[in-house]
Amino acid sequence: MAIPLEQILIQTINGIVNGMILALVASGLTLIFGIMDVVNFAHGDLVMLGGFVGAITIAATGNFWLALLVAAVVIAVFGAVLQATTLRPLIGRDPLTTILATFGISLVLQKYAIWQWGPSARRIQEPITGNFSLFYLQYPWYRLLTAVLAAAIIGALYLFLRYGKYGIWIRATTQDRVMAQAMGIPVPLVHTTVFAIGAGMAAASGVLFGPLGGVTQNIGLDFTLRAFIVVVVGGMGNLGGSILASIFISLLEAYAALIVSPAQAVIVSFIALILTLLFRPTGLFVPTPK
Amino acid sequence: MRRSATAYWTGFCIILALLIVAPLVLPEFWRRFVTEILIWGLLAMSSDILIGYTGIISFGHSVFFGLAGAAAVATFVALFATRLREIYFSITTLVFSQIFYVVIFTWTEVTGGENGLAFSQPLLSIPGIWSARFTPVTLHWFVLAVVTISFLMLRRVTQSPFGMVLQAIRENEPRARAIGYSIERYKIVAVMLSGIFAGLAGVLYAIQNKFAAPDFVFFLVSGEVVIFNVMGGVGTLVGPLAGAAFFLLLREGFSRYFTEYYLIPVGIIFTAMVIFMPQGLLGFAKRWLNQ
Repeated sequence: MAIPLEQILIQTINGIVNGMILALVASGLTLIFGIMDVVNFAHGDLVMLGGFVGAITIAATGNFWLALLVAAVVIAVFGAVLQATTLRPLIGRDPLTTILATFGISLVLQKYAIWQWGPSARRIQEPITGNFSLFYLQYPWYRLLTAVLAAAIIGALYLFLRYGKYGIWIRATTQDRVMAQAMGIPVPLVHTTVFAIGAGMAAASGVLFGPLGGVTQNIGLDFTLRAFIVVVVGGMGNLGGSILASIFISLLEAYAALIVSPAQAVIVSFIALILTLLFRPTGLFVPTPK
Repeated sequence: MRRSATAYWTGFCIILALLIVAPLVLPEFWRRFVTEILIWGLLAMSSDILIGYTGIISFGHSVFFGLAGAAAVATFVALFATRLREIYFSITTLVFSQIFYVVIFTWTEVTGGENGLAFSQPLLSIPGIWSARFTPVTLHWFVLAVVTISFLMLRRVTQSPFGMVLQAIRENEPRARAIGYSIERYKIVAVMLSGIFAGLAGVLYAIQNKFAAPDFVFFLVSGEVVIFNVMGGVGTLVGPLAGAAFFLLLREGFSRYFTEYYLIPVGIIFTAMVIFMPQGLLGFAKRWLNQ
């Protein structure tokens, strides 16, 4: 079966666009894991909540950019509250308990969303509607804009971590929690802030994803699963690796969708995860440990 | 020590006797309810082998529950998943459950897809000698017998040297490895064992409902199993059974007011229990009794 070259190119672009949204979700997840060993099972549900908050704001104001900002801020505050009430008591206990606690949160959030907003999908109106022609397709500019925006947010996070004063606090806490505490860094506050940042990024990706796939209450599990796959394939707690892995996995799925149905294409990324775990459990995109 | 053993078996016999009598006195709805608790309880006990005794959380237990060929699948999953550290194990089992869900959902010719498979209830029989239709009462006794035997077997296993090694792995994996135990092999056997009993629970459930659906394999079932364990108290075998009963009662109670959104209050209670009552109901009761 020969697949036309145009289709492969289109799927490459699709894969990169989806990969950038996924990278935005996964970098929040990996940041949270890296700093406090919390496996956040509710991360995808924060994406979903962000999408809903964005959809509501757009319905009220009609402004996409405002919605993006509002969703990120609201969910970041919500994330900070969540961390302070449910995860802070668990610090120092087995990391497995954080899986359980966030799993409970995820159930509550999912059911809350369907109770509050119903099962039907909400579509977010894209801010720019233009298309450009790509072979036989009219390809929307918005998709490219999504990738650029996601990259910009991740870039801002990187700069913040690299040069900002609080960014340096965060990195110090990641490296050595006890030492950071001894140097006068307010570690509990750093934990809450990181969770808030991760939650805000998840919410932003929910709004960005809105015009592409629509927001329903069950996109959460899907995002959680993908983000986990990406974080493991990229190497736990490794920001750069997660981004590369997001694009890698999304490209794999996009190409697989050419051959099998999209529902089955997901299996390809599962297989990539399992192979990674078997042969290179530290992650594909990290230097070989010496 | 001796006295507590006597107390244990006395309690065991009393509960068993109550459960035997239960279908004769309870109204139809609660009879079915108790049978269901037993089935879910068996599933919860099977996963306790992993969560409570080996210290690894499986988020894919629904796979074993939903597939009749559980032992074969369990071996397959175990071969991959047991090489991994705790967190990775949880994620991988979750992924496996999604894989099987997708396969079953899309492979409609064999599995009936979303509609599932309905089949007529098999007969209760000793081959060639005797057979009879299941009535709700005999079904309950049949389930009770299977669950009781499974419980005794699992209890024996957890107290055997093998079970002790599993607990050693939970407490300190590197040390257990250093002593010379082959961690991977022990974990594989633990997953297989757990899978077999989960499969048994799945078969019982299918017999009770004359129905098998892809939803059995879905993530939510695995999640509920984890909830049973945490609510009841991990590492006790009885605890998960109690947790299943507690969860189903909560579900029954809350669905009166919250209809299908009962998971909102139940999820909040679960999260609170993870934080404030990590030993679960049973651990809490023990401490309370000792005071």
